[in-house]
Amino acid sequence: MPTNTIDQFTFEVNDEGFLTDRNQWSKELCEVLAELVGIEHLTPEHWATIEFMRDDSAKSGVTPTLRRMQTVGGFDVRELYQLFPGKPVKKMAYLSGLPKPVGCV
Amino acid sequence: MNKLVILGAGTAGTMLSNTLRRALDSDWSITVIDQDDNHQYQPGFLFVPFGKMAPKRLIRSRRGLIPDGVDFRQRAVAKVHPQRNLVELADGDEVEYDWLIIASGCTPRPEGMPGLTDDRVWQESAFDFYTLDGATKLRDAMSAFEGGRVLVHISEMPIKCPVAPLEFAFLADDYFRKRRIRHKVDITYVTPLDGAFTKPVASSKLGGLLEDRSIRVQTDFAVESVDPEQRTLNSYDGRALPFDLLVTVPVNMGAQFVIDSGLGDDLGYVPVDKHTLRADAHDNIFVVGDAANVPTSKAGAVAHFEVEMFTDNFLAAVQGKPLPNRFDGHANCFVEAGRGQALLLDFNYDTEPLTGVFPAPVFGPMKLLGLSRINHLGKLAFEHIYWNMLMKGRRLPVPTEMSMRGKVPAGEEN
Repeated sequence: MPTNTIDQFTFEVNDEGFLTDRNQWSKELCEVLAELVGIEHLTPEHWATIEFMRDDSAKSGVTPTLRRMQTVGGFDVRELYQLFPGKPVKKMAYLSGLPKPVGCV
Repeated sequence: MNKLVILGAGTAGTMLSNTLRRALDSDWSITVIDQDDNHQYQPGFLFVPFGKMAPKRLIRSRRGLIPDGVDFRQRAVAKVHPQRNLVELADGDEVEYDWLIIASGCTPRPEGMPGLTDDRVWQESAFDFYTLDGATKLRDAMSAFEGGRVLVHISEMPIKCPVAPLEFAFLADDYFRKRRIRHKVDITYVTPLDGAFTKPVASSKLGGLLEDRSIRVQTDFAVESVDPEQRTLNSYDGRALPFDLLVTVPVNMGAQFVIDSGLGDDLGYVPVDKHTLRADAHDNIFVVGDAANVPTSKAGAVAHFEVEMFTDNFLAAVQGKPLPNRFDGHANCFVEAGRGQALLLDFNYDTEPLTGVFPAPVFGPMKLLGLSRINHLGKLAFEHIYWNMLMKGRRLPVPTEMSMRGKVPAGEEN
């Protein structure tokens, strides 16, 4: 597993840069990662999604899907596209220190 | 008398009723409840649209697969009342239990996507093949198809047999090639994930397979609706993919009675301990097969490995002892790639599908994560194994826990 060092942060990542250990995540690191995916400033709306992702995955063991963000988290899918343009679930997972959603191969 | 009730007589429920009847003493009654008497061989659905398996061949009597000494009731379930240890049937009757196993699987819900079930498209130009009826109607549409845009689409994960849509795309390529109209057919695989292959070893080994077969891919496609007028599949990020034939896998959800009983999550899957399958909320309820929320594939092979480790655990649970076995998420499956070849995958919660060989007795070593003829034959032979060994709860010559024997560790493949 490669190790990334950005600013004062050191963390294990996979080949695509996703954290492999959710315990190495912090809010400060999240702010640094946000800039890397083109989000200059994390608003309270961004933080609400990230907190939901972390809480929910801690219980279920998997990264929540877009549907789950909508039905359980109460988020509006179109707003998520505005907050995290392009690939919201992938970006939210990346910023939350979680694996991206995967299939079986 | 101890009362065990099993809800569902599909793959998991049938295997369980056979293994548990043998394991439990005669002071246990076992009741299995299902709403109909049609046990369907679901792995066969994939082959129906291509005319390779007749629909009739895929159905047997559920009752005929349930052993003597188990009471099979053909009734629909309305609700479970876990506080009262009671199953309420749709006709108002009640069935008491001491222990309950939910094995009611999951089903596609096409009505969950706006526009999909509109008369202008549904089973005219838009189909699913996750029901026998859908697969049969798709077969007729496929044989009448003379060219145009085909979308093979997954709405969202998790779905039953998660590689089936990919297999469908490969088989469709083969099918149209044999009909000599492949040059008139544009096939696109549409996925909510970031690729057709999302696990690193598989995507590096198999990433070129779709390109080789001239199958396009649309990734990160969060579907919003079907436009029945324009015949397009629309996503939240503004893409509108036109189709002449849409083959979609609708959202898969757990049984309605699970949802109505408040036992399910947002998709109707029951939250359980992923190593023991015991319901989080109720100690005397276990959930086996697709109905549970375990983070592994929803597939018959997984249900089989669950059942293998389950019997000893159940015997311990009823005596109030600690459960001896832990399920590791083991799944294995053959992936049809068309042209008489198939891939074999073997993986669990912690280990992604790897390359190497699978040391299967009788068939001989089978190639993992690579194309071979023997894998294709293995897939076809499985139908016989399913009815004659698997459903009767006989042990198969494959280990329950995943083994690393023959596998090449990630990062060390050639």
